[in-house]
Amino acid sequence: MSPIDEQHPDEAPELSAEAHDHGHDDDHGHHEQSFIWKYVFSTDHKVIGIQYGITALLFLALGFALMMIMRWQLGNPGQPVPFIGGWLGQANAPGGIILPEFYNQLGAMHGTIMVFLGVVPLAVGAFGNYVVPLQIGAPDMAFPKLNMASYWVYFLGGVVMLASFFAPGGAANSGWTSYPPLSVAVATEGQTYWLIGMIFLITSSLLGSVNFITTIVQLRAPGMTWMRLPFFVWAQLVTAFLLLLAFPPLEAAGVFQLMDRVLGTSFFLPSGLIVSNQVLQVAGGGSALLWQHLFWFLAHPEVYVLVLPAMGIIAEIIANNTRKPLWGYKPLVYSTIFLGFMSFIVWAHHMFLTGMGTVMNAFFQTTTMIISIPSVVILTALLISLWGASIRFNTPMLFALAFLPMFGIGGLTGLPLGLAPADIFLHDTYYVIGHFHYVVAPGTIFALFAGIYYWYPKVTGRRMSEMLGKIHFWTSLVFINGVFMPMFLQGFAGVSRRLYDGGATYSHAQGVLEWNAFMSNSAFLLGLAQLPFIFNFFWSIKMGEAVDSNPWRATTLEWAATTSPPLGHGNFETVPVVYRGPYEYSVPGCDEDYLPQNMAVQEG
Amino acid sequence: MEIPYTVEVRPDTGLYNAKMGIWLFLASEVMLFGALFSSYIILRTGNPDWVQHSMNVPLATLNTMILISSSVTVIMSWASLRLNNFARFRMFLGGTLLLAAGFMVVKGIEYSQEFSQGLFPWSDNYMGIYFTLTGLHGLHVVGGMVVFGYLLGPGAKMWKTAPEQFTNRIECVGLYWHFVDLVWIFLFPSLYLL
Amino acid sequence: MGGHNSPEDIKKETRTYLLVFAALATLTVITVTVSYLDLNRTQAIIVALFIASIKAGLVAAFFMHLLSEEKFIYSVLLLTLVLFAALFILPIGNYADALGEHFVMEGVEHGEPGAH
Repeated sequence: MSPIDEQHPDEAPELSAEAHDHGHDDDHGHHEQSFIWKYVFSTDHKVIGIQYGITALLFLALGFALMMIMRWQLGNPGQPVPFIGGWLGQANAPGGIILPEFYNQLGAMHGTIMVFLGVVPLAVGAFGNYVVPLQIGAPDMAFPKLNMASYWVYFLGGVVMLASFFAPGGAANSGWTSYPPLSVAVATEGQTYWLIGMIFLITSSLLGSVNFITTIVQLRAPGMTWMRLPFFVWAQLVTAFLLLLAFPPLEAAGVFQLMDRVLGTSFFLPSGLIVSNQVLQVAGGGSALLWQHLFWFLAHPEVYVLVLPAMGIIAEIIANNTRKPLWGYKPLVYSTIFLGFMSFIVWAHHMFLTGMGTVMNAFFQTTTMIISIPSVVILTALLISLWGASIRFNTPMLFALAFLPMFGIGGLTGLPLGLAPADIFLHDTYYVIGHFHYVVAPGTIFALFAGIYYWYPKVTGRRMSEMLGKIHFWTSLVFINGVFMPMFLQGFAGVSRRLYDGGATYSHAQGVLEWNAFMSNSAFLLGLAQLPFIFNFFWSIKMGEAVDSNPWRATTLEWAATTSPPLGHGNFETVPVVYRGPYEYSVPGCDEDYLPQNMAVQEG
Repeated sequence: MEIPYTVEVRPDTGLYNAKMGIWLFLASEVMLFGALFSSYIILRTGNPDWVQHSMNVPLATLNTMILISSSVTVIMSWASLRLNNFARFRMFLGGTLLLAAGFMVVKGIEYSQEFSQGLFPWSDNYMGIYFTLTGLHGLHVVGGMVVFGYLLGPGAKMWKTAPEQFTNRIECVGLYWHFVDLVWIFLFPSLYLL
Repeated sequence: MGGHNSPEDIKKETRTYLLVFAALATLTVITVTVSYLDLNRTQAIIVALFIASIKAGLVAAFFMHLLSEEKFIYSVLLLTLVLFAALFILPIGNYADALGEHFVMEGVEHGEPGAH
């Protein structure tokens, strides 16, 4: 971890940013802070970004491990899990053979951990926090203490989620979607932990989103106009609005479900529901569909939260490694804004089969088709940006290039799902799992890897090994397709998702069962493929090639205006002034093939 | 380096950071209470056996008046600071805190009345929604009270060191408080009168 | 903030606040009184929500100073209101197919899962 300079001790807490409201001068800022205030309860966006990053990567690894256990069962049904089977506990896996109930817990927690504890905290909490203030020329986020609070509330939410594994009956087991009546009337105590954990995580997101929007609007350096913002910042801005306005309905729904479970209310329980041959003793009159509407009102914008920061990262890396401005900056920006807005009115395409009625189905099908347009514009602009470029095939660029077709597959496979008639056949099958994993796994996660390789030198002052990076890339690319491509085949055959036995008891699945072992082996190899990355990540902190402040010869402020790592207190020696757009590469008449945003040019 | 625009406004937006922050937060609260009201409509119209209990309208009307008055006192506390009158500020903010406490007391009386009649959140969905909506609103009132207490107590030190920033804080907490009042303005007829 | 802090300005503002308070109190009395009249369901809802909207508008415009707020805040609130409206598509949408039909509720067996 890079040494970060002394922090200025925080003064007044709460609503607004703590300001140095002192009449006396600067030597105030140079006394040593204790380890706790400097690294644990830091209010510096860079430290908080790293905290988010490490925590999120750990959760991603855990989520991956949970999936591996599931895939073991799917590929080797009824076989004891090797090595760790004994650690899973007799209640979950007697003799190391996982029980269906445990499989369900793994499924629910894999999804929850990956989405809410892994990808979003990494994409927004880590990358957003670390890079955005630097890219806009700000000394920190607008509300540093709120930033710290966001991280610790996230951490607490994670603790509660993990604790659910030790609750009687185990963790949540009703999918990451927690649909009632199952999640209310049948699920065990772990589900309550899940709801409480979600409330913490939602709160963390809300606090963070207020911070991001205020920072981006208010703290841009002089000359940093809206149309000179790096696309990454635009992506984070729209993402923050999605988090701000889409999460609250889920918070409301979470409270309702918590009350249903703990207090015996019936918000989501209809009258006369029979569970285990007995009529449920509740007042009834509730609506299970109400949960779905409230859940998906968030969860659809959430998937754009998953992908927009990734697109932002890719855009930065493509511009930098093509040595050309991005093609279609304005269409990119306007598409992103339009996409963000549309994402709020497509949610019920997750509910085509609930019997909502043809009016609702038609409305949401239409909006879903419309929303595919900005996504395609964004992907196309990024693709065209490659035309005529002098491409540098370094590790971040390899991941960025792979993102394009992988996200393309993910996006295209979403189209039949967005059309109600096709969805009748495909809903709740492995086709859906294939679709969304393509966008998130070889999509977003590849983009996050790209971002790690790209910004690592900024954070640590050292490069990661290119050789290990390329091994990591090629093996991951091959094996990740091995895991997810066959899912489309299984989905077309009609194999349902969330099946403990992978479809073995269904006659329509027999023809595609052989893919289970193939996918499980690919998943295992994919896990192995991460080892060079993990080694590289830690080894390079001390042994990586030392670099100057701008090893990629990039134009944006985080590279061009500050050291690697950036100055501890305030990021910049002097406030940068911005003179031009973010991607002035290969400018005719210029000596270098890049012109930083903050470089003043002497007029002739 | 100081965070810019903590006190002075940024020229192109005309806002200081905390003001933007509090409005953004209120926007998210609009979505929260919107979801709750929307759920109320769905649950009520979707259930042919819905029972609309008659609630204590006089007490709720009293509470409405209490909240409206507290909106006046909180904004007067901000006006007092702008006149450099710290004593009047304390009086008005203290008054707001007392009125808020009064609101919670009345709510407590209401709840205990309902409990003694055997009406609990699990009795039926009307009571469920009633307790959830008023409960969450009440939590927001308590949250406001905590912040008022802080700004009257330890937080008031900032008046000496950074008076303009302190005044901004009162403006922001006032905005929050008016929103709490606003939610009640819709809650009251929806739950008690319709 | 900043500009209008003279005692005269504050006095004028205070007068406005007190007038708004009077209006809010009056409207509260009206809304409670109206609820005791025998209006049908639809009329009662429209009147109650109409009065509530006026009250809310007064609080927003004068207490929250929305009348003289900045463009950015207006934009955020506009976006929020549009999305707030989207949240109400749910109740309408849930019954859109049945609009105009005469509903006969016969218990759980005939309705949507969980809803009717």
